[in-house]
Amino acid sequence: MAGSLRFPVDPHRRTQLRALALVAPLVIYIGVTFIAPLGTMLTRSVYDPVVADVLPETLELLEQWDGRTLPSEAVFAAAAAEIRRAAAARSLGQVAGRVNRVQGGLRSAVTRTARELRDIEAGPWRESMTAIDSVWADPATWHAIQVTGERFTARHYANALDLQRLPDGSLAPQPVERRIYLKLFWRTLLVSTVITLLCLILGYPVAHLIARSPTGRANWLLILVLVPFWTSLLVRTTSWIVLLQTQGVLNDLLVAIGLVSDDGRVAMVYNMTGTIVAMTHVLLPFMVLPLYSVMRGIPPTYMNAAASLGATPVQAFLRVYWPQSLPGVGAGALLVFILAIGFYITPALVGGSDGQLISNMIAYHMQTSLNWGLAAALGGVLLVGVIVLYVVYERLVGVERMGLG
Amino acid sequence: MTETSDRIEQDAARDFTGSRRTHVEFRGIKKSYDGQTLVVKDLDLSIRAGEFVTLLGPSGSGKTTILMMLAGFQPPTAGEILLDGNPIHDLPARKRGIGMVFQNYALFPHMSVGANLAFPLEVRGIRAEERRERVERALGLVRLEGFADRRPGQLSGGQQQRVAIARALVFEPSLVLMDEPLGALDRSLRDEMQYEIRHIHQALGVTIVYVTHDQQEAMVMSDRIAVLRDGIIEQLAVPEGLYEEPESAFVARFIGESNQLRGRVCAISEEGDVCDVETDGEVLSALKVGRCQVGDQVTLSIRPERIKINPAAGRYTNEVDAVVEDLTFLGEQLRIRLAACGREDFIATIPNIVGHGGLVKGDSIRIGWTVIDCRALNHEEFGL
Ligand SMILES: Nc1ncnc2c1ncn2[C@@H]1O[C@H](COP(=O)(O)OP(=O)(O)O)[C@@H](O)[C@H]1O
Ligand SMILES: [Mg+2]
Repeated sequence: MAGSLRFPVDPHRRTQLRALALVAPLVIYIGVTFIAPLGTMLTRSVYDPVVADVLPETLELLEQWDGRTLPSEAVFAAAAAEIRRAAAARSLGQVAGRVNRVQGGLRSAVTRTARELRDIEAGPWRESMTAIDSVWADPATWHAIQVTGERFTARHYANALDLQRLPDGSLAPQPVERRIYLKLFWRTLLVSTVITLLCLILGYPVAHLIARSPTGRANWLLILVLVPFWTSLLVRTTSWIVLLQTQGVLNDLLVAIGLVSDDGRVAMVYNMTGTIVAMTHVLLPFMVLPLYSVMRGIPPTYMNAAASLGATPVQAFLRVYWPQSLPGVGAGALLVFILAIGFYITPALVGGSDGQLISNMIAYHMQTSLNWGLAAALGGVLLVGVIVLYVVYERLVGVERMGLG
Repeated sequence: MTETSDRIEQDAARDFTGSRRTHVEFRGIKKSYDGQTLVVKDLDLSIRAGEFVTLLGPSGSGKTTILMMLAGFQPPTAGEILLDGNPIHDLPARKRGIGMVFQNYALFPHMSVGANLAFPLEVRGIRAEERRERVERALGLVRLEGFADRRPGQLSGGQQQRVAIARALVFEPSLVLMDEPLGALDRSLRDEMQYEIRHIHQALGVTIVYVTHDQQEAMVMSDRIAVLRDGIIEQLAVPEGLYEEPESAFVARFIGESNQLRGRVCAISEEGDVCDVETDGEVLSALKVGRCQVGDQVTLSIRPERIKINPAAGRYTNEVDAVVEDLTFLGEQLRIRLAACGREDFIATIPNIVGHGGLVKGDSIRIGWTVIDCRALNHEEFGL
């Protein structure tokens, strides 16, 4: 073969190139649809040029400001000029939104100032602006401009971790009423752990049953496990509402058999219970499948061998079967846990107010408050958390032993 | 086990053999998995203490099923199994105290060799100290000292096999079952292991029920062999008995090699032990083994090495013409394919001794054999 080649190309190199060409579409696809958006998003969590671009001179002059008294007339003059310019260029809204997040009430103040500055021809700007709105006499306002004016900033991450930056630059916990994210992270971790355990408890016997069934029956059972995937996630989740709501099937049943009274109906949905029930259901197949694939590889003779050596069924399970199924347990648990941590639709639909998870908060900041920087930071914290868990897990179990097959 | 207790146990084993106490007994055992076809049909088998009995049969003949019923993993459909005279129907596998070597070893892959061996001792609540001692001794028995810390996956097939044997012996069962334990090993290793298992059997005096489809292995190792076919014991005998006196065409074919001719009985001697059989124009005298009457179809079985080439005329009762079709040199013997008695695959083997050679392809010769070496067996259809 090699002799008949017209061009002296190293055949090994050719194979490499071909392999590269074959995976290229996937690599490009992942790059465009996953890596790039992820990168942009994570960039947003630490890089925010809007205020710095709109108020460059004000920010520069503020560097000489002592931080306690009112800034100099020069600062006010620059601010007035830049606010007018930004209002004309329609970029003031973004600035107002950002400073407003640091210091509430500034959005309307900034907008009104811009409107009224239109009619003022000359200074002194300090008097005019403080007359328009008293917030300009408050150092906190200028402080907010300074903070949002940093191009590279850790304030989103500080926010995501319920920290605030004091005027002297040090970090301190947010006041109690503004601490929401850490609690939400913990709740998400806790709920994900509970769901993972529930999936394991429910899925393990099912996977074992399927793995022990003859091929024909095993296929049917597997289809039953997978049937939920054939219906939309939305349908599956909302059908839980039908079942669990106060006037729902389950409550009707409980009332009918006299377990609860008609006005004592149990709230099982629009709260944490609803989130846990529905998510366990949705995520169960992700536990069953890896468990099944590992259990399928454990020959039934092992249990016979254990019995012939004198082990009781419990001993045989604990000493022989369970340790060998651990790779499947690990894979299934990791899969369910990671999916649960980022789950969005189900808690949004059935979670009510106390069944919301961190991803719902991320969605809120993406869609409603439009604070993408904070959303990105929350996502970043979540990502780091998952990676840390994964590394710990890898140390404990070893990924190469994990049966994702 | 100290050396003295070792000897006591050996003595005890010898006593068992001497007394010929029945250790295992199958009585009218039937087994069906699907409720329709019987995989084991009416099995009656009695095994003496200290005996090495082999279940020999082709794949699918029900050997594993029989072991599974004895070990307690499958319930018999009908019949009774007795262990030391007691029915074991209600005894779960773990309480039967039977050591078992599985077809694919079934060593626990997540445990070290030592832990595998300690497992049966642990579940019996034996102290750690004694456990270690007995594990050590069992490893010594299969010559794997120092392998306790390895994982089964790090051992060769032969070593894994030894570990499986040691594990089946470490809790000192008096009955050990082995299901094709050497099936996965190559020839030379298999020979070595056959010797070792034999040696262990003699040293410990345990009763062994051994399963194989390899007739040579069965011949080498067993005290008695039960030849199984489609869930029926075709013949139960000592190895020589099976070879010299097969009672069915199947056994004659399965154990060693045999030329089998179809024929019709045309005369039976007054004593009833010899019959004349007409086959393809020739009339041959044969030992009447099967139950047959004049006119019945029978199968004649003649071992290739019992056939004499160009015997002195009149020396043998059975003499026929033959043509040499093919010669194969096998080292210690010469294998000759002949056209004779209407067949083209009539095989004769002769020892490779100077003077017997000189045959070439196409030679017309005479061949002969005695009545004793020609057995008339119940007729049976088979595809050759
Ligand atoms: N667990 C089982 N379920 C159904 N049929 C089986 C089972 N085990 C074995 N058989 C059938 O029983 C017959 C005998 O099998 P087996 O005892 O394994 O034979 P051998 O060990 O001699 O090869 C075969 O036809 C096999 O298909
Ligand atoms: Mg078998």
